[in-house]
Amino acid sequence: MKLAKALKSLFLIELLRGMRLTGKRLFSPKVTVQYPDEKTPQSHRFRGLHAQRRYANGEERCIACKLCEVVCPALAITIEAEPREDGSRRTTRYEIDLFKCIYCGFCEESCPVDSIVETRHFEFCMENNSERVIDKQRLLEMGDRFEAQIAADRALDRPYR
Amino acid sequence: MATIEINGKVVEARDGAMLIEAAAEAGFAIPHFCYHRKLTIAASCRMCLVEVEKAPKPLPACATPVSDGMKVQTRSPKALAAQKAVMEFLLINHPLDCPICDQGGECDLQELAVGYGGDVTRFAEGKRVVGDPDLGPLIATEMTRCIHCTRCVRFIAEIAGTRELGAPGRGEHMHITSWLGGQVGSELSGNVIDLCPVGALTSKPFRFRARAWELNARPAVAMHDGLGANLWFDTLRGQVLRARPRDNEAVNECWLSDRDRFACAGLHSDDRLRQPLLRDRNGWREAGWDEALPRAAQLLRNIVDNRGGEQLAALAAPSQSAEEYYLLQKLLRALGSPHIEHRLRQGCFTAQEAMPLMPGLGMAPEALQAGDAFLMVGCHLRKEQPLLNHRVRQAVLNGAAAMAINPVVWPSNYPLAAEQTVAPSRLAGALAEVAQALAGGEAGGEAAAMAERLRDAEQPLILVGAVAQMGEYLGAILAQAMQVAEACGGRVAFLPEGGNSAAAWLAGAVPHRGVAGSHAPTVGKHLRQLYAEPVAGLLLLGIEPERDSLDPAAMARLLEAAEGVVALAAYDSPLLREHADVILPLATWAESAGTQINHAGLWQSYRGAVAAPGEARPGWKVLRVLGNLLDLDGFDFNAADEVLAELRAAVDRQGAFAPTPWPAVALPDAPASVEAVAALSPYSVDAMVRRSPPLQAASDAPQPCCRVHPALAERLGRPQRVRVGDGAASAVLALEIDERVADGCIVVPTAIAETALLGALTGAISVEQAA
Repeated sequence: MKLAKALKSLFLIELLRGMRLTGKRLFSPKVTVQYPDEKTPQSHRFRGLHAQRRYANGEERCIACKLCEVVCPALAITIEAEPREDGSRRTTRYEIDLFKCIYCGFCEESCPVDSIVETRHFEFCMENNSERVIDKQRLLEMGDRFEAQIAADRALDRPYR
Repeated sequence: MATIEINGKVVEARDGAMLIEAAAEAGFAIPHFCYHRKLTIAASCRMCLVEVEKAPKPLPACATPVSDGMKVQTRSPKALAAQKAVMEFLLINHPLDCPICDQGGECDLQELAVGYGGDVTRFAEGKRVVGDPDLGPLIATEMTRCIHCTRCVRFIAEIAGTRELGAPGRGEHMHITSWLGGQVGSELSGNVIDLCPVGALTSKPFRFRARAWELNARPAVAMHDGLGANLWFDTLRGQVLRARPRDNEAVNECWLSDRDRFACAGLHSDDRLRQPLLRDRNGWREAGWDEALPRAAQLLRNIVDNRGGEQLAALAAPSQSAEEYYLLQKLLRALGSPHIEHRLRQGCFTAQEAMPLMPGLGMAPEALQAGDAFLMVGCHLRKEQPLLNHRVRQAVLNGAAAMAINPVVWPSNYPLAAEQTVAPSRLAGALAEVAQALAGGEAGGEAAAMAERLRDAEQPLILVGAVAQMGEYLGAILAQAMQVAEACGGRVAFLPEGGNSAAAWLAGAVPHRGVAGSHAPTVGKHLRQLYAEPVAGLLLLGIEPERDSLDPAAMARLLEAAEGVVALAAYDSPLLREHADVILPLATWAESAGTQINHAGLWQSYRGAVAAPGEARPGWKVLRVLGNLLDLDGFDFNAADEVLAELRAAVDRQGAFAPTPWPAVALPDAPASVEAVAALSPYSVDAMVRRSPPLQAASDAPQPCCRVHPALAERLGRPQRVRVGDGAASAVLALEIDERVADGCIVVPTAIAETALLGALTGAISVEQAA
């Protein structure tokens, strides 16, 4: 054993083995992505920033059933509700604390009307602590902005739900 | 007893018990919707089908009485198949709208569907859709969800006794509706919300506000009538969102009156006081407790030092906690003042020495159900004490005789054996006639009939209620009631309108007695004496002066005459703003620890369900610190329990109480002119109720109109509007003609803004046609 080890040391076998791996990687295709000029591909199930969707006629989907609030493991969602003027059940407050949220997607799974969703949008930042809580208006804006992609993603996932 | 076998377990069951009860006692829950232990059996939902040996088909457990040797399988394949089939039928027409249904999370159908429902519907046809009747401001309807258990119909017919709801139609066309299309007027109507196993009937004020799973249930005791109904306050983020009954067979069974249920909406009213307020040269300003309390103490100290202790008086609302009453009277008596009063709506104080230790039934509410004769005098029991009335009703259905001597024929939900409608001044006279008839003398038809029923009864009970309390003839009425009770071997129960009157009497918040009826060295002034001879300093506890007094005008004069007024109040009030010097924000009974003592003498303690808004603090804490700041001994309490323990010890020490014998009170003369009857709406008894929007929209809410008998209306010239007044002030109100009112009387609403300036609505009143 000692002799074999001494011979390997003498002829720099370990070093050459290491250099072989280096050489292989040197000529194989690169995986590093030049973010933000380049981006990695996303699954249609990607769970990014939340959004609230509307129906085609502009009516908000959310019916204040509070299932997302109760299923949320991080207690990130706060909902207050009361009857709207037309008597329908609507939220008066719908807030998600993005610092508490763990992006597990349970809210989306629990939603009976596909209102709360997690979009593919993940590049968001905030400058003030108070901005971490996003309210209903912001969520609906996100929904309006990404509706086409949200709908397409949900259509892709339909066979598996 | 019958010996039966349920799922292989041998069970002893009461003869005549239904299988579902026997199974529940043995620990086997049988799924059910229409069965309710307090209601008759309908067996309409069929969910409780079980397999009984030798029966060809499954039998409904709720409608199958046990018989000896019966062998029952509640979870056998046959029973389960039957239950699942019933569930499939129930779900055929039930909408899948659980996410927007308020019952979601506390729904019997939802829960049982998890165990007995299928995954996929086999029903391809259209679902039934039913219109929603408007049942008023308390009950929201969504009748498509109804599964026809008829619990609501049975409750309204059997317990509320009004037969307002019905289920016309058959099969698919069956639907629940109010027979006359209007709102449900029963004072117990809110219970159908609890009874409905699905989301067809839900609470309108609570609609869409929260889910059952996110609410914290906190036990509480209602303080709106003297019963002290047990309830749960469901709270979310520091707000009381709704009240539900807490089962207590000895008090409220599993029911709650609408007043107790919906009053909590007034808790978070906009005019709650949140900060101590001090009067400055420039008017009111908010201050901290560290500034307000010394100022209040200094004010009281100045009055005691400069004018003497007798120049200080305390007035408390009749729905404060026993601890607060105890500390208030302790504070006042330590400062040398005997003037402590809580009977703000009492019109007469003669013979107060003869009053028992505390007003009330003197027996358990349950015992009412076994009673055999009730004579209600000046007592609108149904609206004043809804759940006691329910007990009386049960007794009447079992053959008891209920009788009434009242100034108005109030619609009763049970037949009255005899009835007299007389002016308030004649109430005592009518009682005297009954007493005379009992003694064998000559008497008129109704009085003789009453005497006969009372004589035949084993435990007659004479109930003197708030209508008598609010008149100036109370002393005579109570004296005559005692005569009648003596003659027939019965008892007198005086039921004042206050939510905690018994505690106030017991804790010594009356001017003529100390704690537990102990001898008071100096007898203080009662309310009428205070009105006649005002004092220099006033300490007010929980009072809204313009509404909580029978005589708001005199109350305003009393406040005006005082040099210093310290008010502990939960709600803002213009009169307090006008006359008080310091206003300290008070936590209500829902927000502080305290004790209620009910009509039966039962002590019920509670803890606050939520924190009081802003800087408001429980009354016992404020009074304790005032005691400290005034350098008084014995105010070093750290918890409400310690105050209660001291009160309890004082009561135990005092032992038996013997009131002075009832003096002879002369029968009052009827006033020459029209006589006023104060009408206190059940929804204006206390500040919280008055601020509850759903109750103020309900049919029993106070109406700004007077009512007179057609004969009197004729004499007045049948005006549309009348001016009623007492010389000093008057109010113009609409006039309704109502033949149920005794002739010669005018029923005037009290505790509303329109009549806030009038004097006491009792005795003679001037009525004239208004333009």
